[in-house]
Formats: sequence, structure tokens, C-alpha cells
Amino acid sequence: MTDKRNCPVEQRSASWLRGMIAAVPIVLGYLPVGFAYGVLGQGAGLSTVNIILMSLVVFAGSAQLVAVGLISASLSPLSIILTTFIVNLRHLLFSAAIFPHIAHWRKRDLAVFAYELTDETFALHSTRFELQDVEKGEVLAINITAHLAWILGSWLGVVAGKRVLDIEPLALDYVLPAMFIALLVMQIKTHTQVWAALLAGITSVVLLLGGFNQLHVIIATIIGASFGAWIEGWKRI
Amino acid sequence: MEENLVLITIIGMAVVTYLPRLFPLYALSGKTLPPAVVAWLRHVAPAVLAAMLLPTIILHEGNISLGMDNLFFWAAIPTFIAAIISKSLFIPVLVGMLMVMIGQWLGG
Repeated sequence: MTDKRNCPVEQRSASWLRGMIAAVPIVLGYLPVGFAYGVLGQGAGLSTVNIILMSLVVFAGSAQLVAVGLISASLSPLSIILTTFIVNLRHLLFSAAIFPHIAHWRKRDLAVFAYELTDETFALHSTRFELQDVEKGEVLAINITAHLAWILGSWLGVVAGKRVLDIEPLALDYVLPAMFIALLVMQIKTHTQVWAALLAGITSVVLLLGGFNQLHVIIATIIGASFGAWIEGWKRI
Repeated sequence: MEENLVLITIIGMAVVTYLPRLFPLYALSGKTLPPAVVAWLRHVAPAVLAAMLLPTIILHEGNISLGMDNLFFWAAIPTFIAAIISKSLFIPVLVGMLMVMIGQWLGG
């Protein structure tokens, strides 16, 4: 009740609108990737309901694409679930890194926030929190907009099915890498963060070349972040 | 795979995806983090962004490639410059897409 009294309806809808606008780059990236997932899901013989359900309850792009491959290869549910767990373990780090910014939120809101924490929403939130205070409505609006785009993209992929549309000339597959470049530049404030990013990036590439294609992000992040924090502490002494 | 089995798989996937997303928020809730941990967390976002980004721009068909056929790498350079100059999200994304589009036209 106090929340509502302190925050008039117009103000709340304005912050939701700001969140939806902030999510536009994610939407542009999610529509084609979700589309690809929908097409592949249908190719793998999944029902429309299951394809959309997965986008609704899992909401993790790379894990969903991997799972579709494993389902069509008829792997056991247990091994698919285990693979998903490993692929998505990196969210532990996202959640921990965002925590200091939303530590004051109610538990219920934290639970809602966590449900839609993806690579892209994390990247956007962590950058925005570094730059300014962000209202809760704005944060949740970004998450929900991104999730709706993901579901819409999946559905469009199912509808298009095997009639693959030629969307390659639009360069939509570059939206998310370009967004990561922009967020990385906005995110970096100190030299030690540059070192953390460089080491994590190189480690990630080396691990991938060495065949670690599921845990490379989380291992590279731990190594890079530890190195950055270590030189920061070392410089201070 | 049977529809029911797929459904069970999806529900299992949802649970193992949600728990790591939620766990730190609940485990850390109400606690004040030691400065060393906060310092470490400040380096997580740049590190994770780079760990996801670098492979997509320097690996091409599974190998390191900085040749002209790796459009994503060459498009990354003007995208970086646009990001540094504009300090915005939209302009570098537009620059990056435009570069890849032009590259595809020239190459294709």
C-alpha cells in the first residue's frame, strides 16, 4: 500500500515504458534466435505446446537450442536435464553480481526477477545499475519484454516451420554480439576491469578450442574476475 | 521421444535453470558482503561479457580466424569505436548490423 501511495500510477507506468524501450536491443536479438529455436524444435518433432512451454518456463536460449538437439537424438531426460544444469550454472554468477543492487527488494520480487535472468538481461541490468539507480518497475519491465520477445520469436519459428525465411541479409544475428560490445564498453570503469575482461575473453576462447563447450563461460569468468579483483587489491597495498 | 517424456524433461530443465538464478539472491539476502567479495563481483560483469563475446567475434567455424571471411570480427572494430564515442546502446548495435549487412552484400 505504501508503495502505491508513494508512487503514483503515471509514474509507475512511465518506468515500465522506460524499461520496455531499454529492452528493444534484446527484443531485436531474441526474435531471430527464438525463431531459429522454434524452427529447430519443430524439425526435431516437438509439439507446438512443448516448444512454447519450454520458452515460457526455461527461458534460456543456448540451453533450449542444445536441448532440442539432445531430444531429437533421443537422449534420456536425466542427461538432458543435467546438461541444462551445467550450461545454465553461469546464472549463479549473474545472480550474485546483481545482488548488491537489489539487496533491498522483497523476497517475492527477487523470485520474480530471478525467473527472467538471462545473459542479455543480466548484461543490460548490470550496466544500467552501474550508471544510475533503476526503479524496480523498469527492471521487471525489461525482463518481461525480453521474455515476451523470446516466446513470440519461438512461436513465429513454429508457424514458419520448414518454410525457412531468408532473414540472413538483415544481420540480425549480429544484434546480440554488438549489444555485448556496447555493454562491455559502458560497463568498464577501471583498468582492473579491463584486465578481468581480457583474461576472461582469452580463457573462454582457449577453453572452447580445447573442447570445453559447456562450462567455458563460467570458468573463464571466475578466472578473469579473480584476476581483476586480485590486481585491484594488490595495487591498493 | 514421447510427449510425456518431453514434458517431464522440460519441467526438469525449468527447475535446474531457475534454482541457480534464484539461489544467490536468497542466500545472500539480508547479509552484508565482505569488501573482497564486492570487489570480486564488480569484476564479474566485464569478465562474463568478454567470455561470451570474444568467441563469437574471433572464432569462425571453430577456429581462430581474423581473415576477411570472419565478418563478425571486422564489424566488431567499428562497433567498439561507435560504443566508445557514443556511450549508447543503440548506435553501436546499428553500426554493427550495418557493417555485417555491407560485408554480406560485398561478399555474397
